[in-house]
Amino acid sequence: MEVFKHFKEFKMDVLKEVGNIGAGNAATALSRLLDKPVDMAVPKVQLLPFEEIADRVGGAERIVIAIFLRVEGDAPGNLFFILSPEAAKSLLKRLAGMQVDQDGMFDEMEQSALCEIGNILAGSYLSSLADFTKLDLSPTVPGLAMDMAGAVLSYGLLQFGQMGDDALLIDTTFLEGDHEVEGKFFLIPDPDSFAKIFQALGVPLEND
Amino acid sequence: MIEEQSIVKVGMADMNVVRDPGVIRTLGLGSCVGITLHDPLLKIAGMAHIMLPSSDIAREGQLNIAKYADTAVPALLERLVAMGASPSRIVAKMAGGSQMFLMAGTGDTMRIGPRNVESCKMMLSNLHIPLIAEDTGGSHGRTIELDSGSGILSVRSVQMGIKEL
Repeated sequence: MEVFKHFKEFKMDVLKEVGNIGAGNAATALSRLLDKPVDMAVPKVQLLPFEEIADRVGGAERIVIAIFLRVEGDAPGNLFFILSPEAAKSLLKRLAGMQVDQDGMFDEMEQSALCEIGNILAGSYLSSLADFTKLDLSPTVPGLAMDMAGAVLSYGLLQFGQMGDDALLIDTTFLEGDHEVEGKFFLIPDPDSFAKIFQALGVPLEND
Repeated sequence: MIEEQSIVKVGMADMNVVRDPGVIRTLGLGSCVGITLHDPLLKIAGMAHIMLPSSDIAREGQLNIAKYADTAVPALLERLVAMGASPSRIVAKMAGGSQMFLMAGTGDTMRIGPRNVESCKMMLSNLHIPLIAEDTGGSHGRTIELDSGSGILSVRSVQMGIKEL
């Protein structure tokens, strides 16, 4: 674990670029789907205590829509695409022409549509990452959950859990032009995957 | 008169204890298990937010004993006993252990919730602590709160509201 605390600035920048490329492609995909410009914030890469990860989306009890997929292959990890219920409704309305009940929960059809949208976006995140790193990265079939952020995100922390109480998170936010749809990608590579990502990108391996 | 009730928070992979009239709480349990121990006579309560079933897989230098079922349950019992609780009076309740994402190819990682529950139960039975109530499994998140005075465990979830155990 210690090793992650001492990543040099440069390595953090490399990971930011990883987030940038992945989310940038996903944002482009979303922008095509919506036929509207989609902006992206500069990725945040940080080693965060488990408690603070849920704070990034409004706290452990905040209800979120999360599409989760496990990345398999050379550099395994966990990828989340996270939306607020309002943003999800807006997405469904615009992409699928579905009129979603303002306060109701999502029915099976809506959940399936959301899962598919998440799948497209996460897929483009991952495939651009695979192209960029030349690593073999393949996504599992995504799962969808609508629940408390703490409950949902803890799934992505199990691999880090064996090593300590913090996880290294690549967090990218994107916003649709008129800010009705805001989404977040959380990429949490498994602890052992960082060396592979760095190696694939030609970052020298040193003991720092 | 307004009674001041202190709320003790337990984070992920964390544990704590509280005395009457305190309340102890943990937020957003998914596959994690929230286990509580309570001495009804002395009104002392403890809670652990357990993340993984066994410390055998730990690769961390300094083990966080609150994180693993096999280390957290005995450690929590010890903390209560150190406060004067009698092991023969202590009862347990627990909640959590969900499978948040129902996905194809459910390997061991996806089944982590049920495995956490199994492991907690095994530890309780090894320590001869009766499990008097549980709300485990399913595919939803839970926030739990134990009242050290009454021993009532409230379990709150998005879909199902509040349930008292």
